[in-house]
Amino acid sequence: MLARTRDPYQRVSRAMSRIVIHIILLGGATTMVVPFVWMLSSSLKTNLEVFYIPPTLIPSTFQWHNYLDIFKVVPYGRWFFNSVVIAVTQTVLYLFVASLAGFTFSRMRFPGREAIFTLYLATLMVPGQVTLIPKFLLMKELHLINTYAAVILPGIFNAYGVFLLRQFFMTLPESLEESAIIDGASYFRIYWNIILPLAGPALATLGLFGFMGAWNDFLWPLIVINSEHMKPLSVGLASFHGLYETNWPYLMAASTVALIPIIIIFVAAQKYFVQGIALTGLKEG
Amino acid sequence: MPQRSSFWRRLRWPTLSKGTQRQQALWAYLFLSLSVLGLLVFTMLPILAAFGLGFVKWTLLSPPKWAGLTNFQRLLGDKYFWNALKNTFYYVAGVMPGILISLLLAVLFNQKLRFTTLYRTLYYLPTITMWVAIALVWRWLYSPQYGLVNWALNLIGIHGPSWLSDPHWAMPAQIFTSWWKGAGYNMVLLLAGLQGIPQIYYEAASIDGANWWQRFRHVTLPLLTPIIYFVMVMTFIGSFSVFAQIYIMTEGGPGQATTTIIYYLYNNAFKYFEIGYADVLAIAFFIIVFVFTIIQRQLQKRWVHYM
Repeated sequence: MLARTRDPYQRVSRAMSRIVIHIILLGGATTMVVPFVWMLSSSLKTNLEVFYIPPTLIPSTFQWHNYLDIFKVVPYGRWFFNSVVIAVTQTVLYLFVASLAGFTFSRMRFPGREAIFTLYLATLMVPGQVTLIPKFLLMKELHLINTYAAVILPGIFNAYGVFLLRQFFMTLPESLEESAIIDGASYFRIYWNIILPLAGPALATLGLFGFMGAWNDFLWPLIVINSEHMKPLSVGLASFHGLYETNWPYLMAASTVALIPIIIIFVAAQKYFVQGIALTGLKEG
Repeated sequence: MPQRSSFWRRLRWPTLSKGTQRQQALWAYLFLSLSVLGLLVFTMLPILAAFGLGFVKWTLLSPPKWAGLTNFQRLLGDKYFWNALKNTFYYVAGVMPGILISLLLAVLFNQKLRFTTLYRTLYYLPTITMWVAIALVWRWLYSPQYGLVNWALNLIGIHGPSWLSDPHWAMPAQIFTSWWKGAGYNMVLLLAGLQGIPQIYYEAASIDGANWWQRFRHVTLPLLTPIIYFVMVMTFIGSFSVFAQIYIMTEGGPGQATTTIIYYLYNNAFKYFEIGYADVLAIAFFIIVFVFTIIQRQLQKRWVHYM
């Protein structure tokens, strides 16, 4: 945007503005990172050293055993396992349900299609918090309180994924399935063998956000899970905080372990995250 | 809507016989059955129930009793509700200006500097992380005596307040944490918008002798308004339903200073088991979010420019 020029005055001012921009961005980036560094640093201190003033950045001796202790003082391993089961199952089922419905809405014709799809869109207008109480009562009625199913089920049928994948499938050329239909391939095979393989990036993006949402979710599991060994990490971490209010090394070690899987996934699949946000943003644009 | 026409065009399938059409419709219903059933049971029925439960008195211990409008009357006279509403608006009003930070960042990132990818990763990191863990970290950062925030303030000669246990500072502390966590998300959205602006507009403006501010004011900003509008609506809805950070960092306190509407709803429903009354809170929450989204939609016509 800054035009190339030979005018020395402009060249200097351009270099200056770059330096200013870098200083601003660096300051911001430091603010973003410091809480994570503080978390890591605290997690490796003794319960005495965390209260030193001035605070130490590098622990005098690394208390690696904090990371083992949290698995002993609370069922941290079990919580972690629960989170993995919940997030993976929910993501897989969500992708299957949403892609099959998205396929049907975009590539098949049937009476009532527009009406049903409008109903799907209408559900997106109601925030999930509005239906917390009825959903809780429903789970109670179905005797699903304290089960994985209670945590997983409502998230699977979110209409947002259907909407997003329908939009994506509509961009694929219709010639794709024409020959398949003439060859007599079943509709499920068209979905599974022709359309799905082409939807890789869209599914990856939706799956990433689904997984992240399930892993980080707090309010819903807090409501339907109260038994100690069924808690996912988010709920477990909150109760851990209730038990060890001022044991910051333990709490910070537990927080670190809870964040690691998502950070690894993020670094490995950054491309899809950025794509995904752009995708959701373009929805209304 | 340009999508509409292309969508209808795509409907022209190879001419199918009546029998094939009927067969296709049957398969379509079969494919949809799982999704429709799930949506019906776990979303649509709960939505209908949410509007009905407000009219009963129910504490889960005794069977539900018809209560008419008493829950709604109680809501109007409940000073804790009005307080929670005030707190929620305070929080939302504090979080919204954070969009300006994201806008500034997005504009800076759009300058094609070095290290952009690294910066972007760092700014984006907080947005992907679990609120519960992050709220614990910030609770520790805000610790009055041993926290990093007050230690840093001390270095520049400011004696920091006891943030989360001070009724005047608890909410600003919550808001700051939300800025920190949300800046990267909105930034990536706005950056995508910036990169969608055709270069030719800037070139035309430059030829007309526009300086950088004029280019920003008359090219970038107008063309970015659709995304800014989207970001505003999403930030509004997201911050209006704030819960996890309140639950962990301040537990609605000190006193009632950070009790927001969803936190108050949670307490009524799952601590006091006032199902009917908590449901009226959910209805109020929905109406407020809905009305404000409509208002934003109406106002949008005055300031959002579509290319």
